[in-house]
Amino acid sequence: MTLFAMQGVSKRYGGVHALQQADLSVEAGRIHAVLGENGAGKSTLIKIMAGVVAPDQGDMLLDGRRVAFASPAAANAAGIVCVFQELSLIPDLTVADNIAISDPPRRFGLIDRKAQRRLAEQALARAGADDIHPLALVKDLSLSRRQMVEIAKALARKPRILILDEATSALTAADVTKIYGVLKRLRSEGLALLYISHRMHEITELADDCTVFRNGRSVASYPAGSKTDNEVVELMIGREYHGVFPPKNTRAASDAAPLLEVRHLGWTDRLQDVSLRLHAGEVIGLGGLDGQGQRELLLALFGVLRGTSGEVLIDGKPVHITGPHDARAPAIGMALIPEDRKTEGLMLQMSVRDNLSFAALGRLSHWGVVDSVAERAAVAAIVKLLAVRTDGTDLPATSLSGGNQQKLVIGKWLMMAPRIILLNDPTRGIDVGTKQEIYQLLRQLAEAGAAILFYSTDYDELIGCCDRVLVMYDGCIQRELAGTEITEHALISSALNMGAEA
Amino acid sequence: MTRSDRFGGTSDWPYHLREHRGTLLAFAAFIVMFTIYATNHPVGLNANVATTAANKGVLLAIVAMAQTLVVLTSGIDLSVGMVMILANCLASSIVVGTPLMTALGVVGVLLTGCACGAINGLIVIYGRLQPIVTTIATGSVFYGLALALRRVPGGDVNATLADAVTGQLPGGIPASLALLVGLVLVVWLPFRRSVTGRAVYAVGSSEVAAYMSGVPIRRAKFVAYMLSGLLAAVAGLFVTCITYSGEASAANGSTYTLYSIAAVVLGGVSLFGGSGSAIGAIFGALMFRTIGDLLFVFNLDPLWQPLFQGVVLAAAVCLGSVRLLRVRNRLDLYG
Repeated sequence: MTLFAMQGVSKRYGGVHALQQADLSVEAGRIHAVLGENGAGKSTLIKIMAGVVAPDQGDMLLDGRRVAFASPAAANAAGIVCVFQELSLIPDLTVADNIAISDPPRRFGLIDRKAQRRLAEQALARAGADDIHPLALVKDLSLSRRQMVEIAKALARKPRILILDEATSALTAADVTKIYGVLKRLRSEGLALLYISHRMHEITELADDCTVFRNGRSVASYPAGSKTDNEVVELMIGREYHGVFPPKNTRAASDAAPLLEVRHLGWTDRLQDVSLRLHAGEVIGLGGLDGQGQRELLLALFGVLRGTSGEVLIDGKPVHITGPHDARAPAIGMALIPEDRKTEGLMLQMSVRDNLSFAALGRLSHWGVVDSVAERAAVAAIVKLLAVRTDGTDLPATSLSGGNQQKLVIGKWLMMAPRIILLNDPTRGIDVGTKQEIYQLLRQLAEAGAAILFYSTDYDELIGCCDRVLVMYDGCIQRELAGTEITEHALISSALNMGAEA
Repeated sequence: MTRSDRFGGTSDWPYHLREHRGTLLAFAAFIVMFTIYATNHPVGLNANVATTAANKGVLLAIVAMAQTLVVLTSGIDLSVGMVMILANCLASSIVVGTPLMTALGVVGVLLTGCACGAINGLIVIYGRLQPIVTTIATGSVFYGLALALRRVPGGDVNATLADAVTGQLPGGIPASLALLVGLVLVVWLPFRRSVTGRAVYAVGSSEVAAYMSGVPIRRAKFVAYMLSGLLAAVAGLFVTCITYSGEASAANGSTYTLYSIAAVVLGGVSLFGGSGSAIGAIFGALMFRTIGDLLFVFNLDPLWQPLFQGVVLAAAVCLGSVRLLRVRNRLDLYG
């Protein structure tokens, strides 16, 4: 019997269809897995169900009756509770305070701490986390323990439908095992569980039903186990290829010493034993699902992370980079194009020229005074090279379109003529035309002798741009693909850790 | 089955200590300083010395409580001193006469304080302005009103009330301390235990997480600002009782505003919001006052007082930054 259904639900953000005519049907007492690659519409689906965003079109039916949720609280009241991937816990409050936050038990108008504590203990026990002390402050707990509290908090709201969005991605192996047991028990108690995970073995272990999303559409629903892994990957693939990529490097992989070599790099539990070699003239892609350590790897190379282990060699010599200032020194010549251009890439209120010349001011000044003639010439050259569309370099960076802002971020680092360029998803949220220009630029830079390490969440880009692709999973390099091995099929199956034969 | 059975003998105490660590540290530091002060005082700690010290300390403590409420929401209130001055000027006109008139006057002053706080809150919530800018502007307005009420220092206050509040209880206990304890019991503790009080902590700690958890963010901020105004008005009344007059002194207002922030920091309240307690801020205020008095008992030139207070404050802030040494991702330093 269907407990909850979505029919023909659509949601647009600007010109982008996040969800188009999506259907979903969830039954009580079953675990329903939702699959799909990055940007397939899974998170939009959940946000609509949980009342965080409203759909543009379509119906949601609960117990056969049409419903609409104005806020997360309204969805909670209807029995739909979501365990979000981004934690919704308040760090300075205790575990018990957090579990009871939306409706604490009261006596004479004040919070009844004894009752609250009992409630928290019960919820923690139900979530299989009764070793967490209810009076501990959330900020003192590890990520894995916090996630367990998050699950306990969701259970304390007595849900009928529990949505778990990547709920296990932050958990340690021990907690994952507990959660499996908990989820199976909840299923036997008659809850409907919607389970979003990128880990195929978890889905095999837990799911009763599966729905695959692709490009914002629900493309298939089927009982778990009725399709092979291979068929599942076929369902998830399906974006058309754009002929926007420049021809690749045809040179054979050189035997020359790599420009950048990384040996056994590790950082907390987010990066484990990462080794790679990057040669001049190469464009190497970092693939895998979002949040598997790609961002951390780039930050670690750029010297932003403290306490990394392993070795980094430039031109065969070990180096110790302690921050962006070190990284951009001529002997290393490393640049990082950050993912969030608004906060990490640009000073939006400052002029186009100031933004471009910041990283290269050392080269453009004498005795600490900026040589404005040289600065203007250098800025003009970069603006021309990148075809930045601006009405003048004195205008603030905010006046540019998103794509042109991203060009500024890239241009800013090109001003210092870097030898190693790290890019963190540089084309996210910019238009196709600008994307194409960026692809060509990357190839030009590589031809000119730069080594490029390029993280992208867009598989087409990895296939079209990269000479080699390193697929990351859980902080490790899961697989290395080169040349014609780089196919969407291979990227997805290794991103999902399904093994090389898939 | 009790909790300690389940945790193999671990009691709740470590967790309680952890939760109230800032407050307890402030308390301990105050006790140490006050002991040094009392044992070295030339006359010794008799009832009169204690009462004078208490009156000065309690005044700053009340303003610090007011500041704490706003700081907990991760805001800052630069108008507390001016609300205090406005309340002082108003009280010197209306808290006079028969007991009934005096009582009505007190109520009027307190309501005025609430209104000032409510205005701050509404601007911050609905105007979406930064608290620092909002309260600079409103503080100036409040001072302007105070000046309109009292162009020159003067006025009066019901002497019975003033003497009762600033004098001694039987046994030589300063009455002002009793007033402070009363404020904690009547205003702070119920607030701390209320749903709105918890919402204030939640909003200050992580506004996004609070929103996602369905916490009433607006109500929390509004109540925090309004109670802050109320407490600042109590401080203004207390000033009137000490001085028997009203004075629209911009210098006093600014000094108390800045000292209240110092007291909040010394009291272990996080300026990032969400952590700390008004009780900690009270000990922070008393500590800040004692620092000044320590110079007196050791016969140091009072000119050193600002320098000495500044050093202690800087040291306290440094202690609060120790956690930054453990940050593993340097980007978090700028978050």
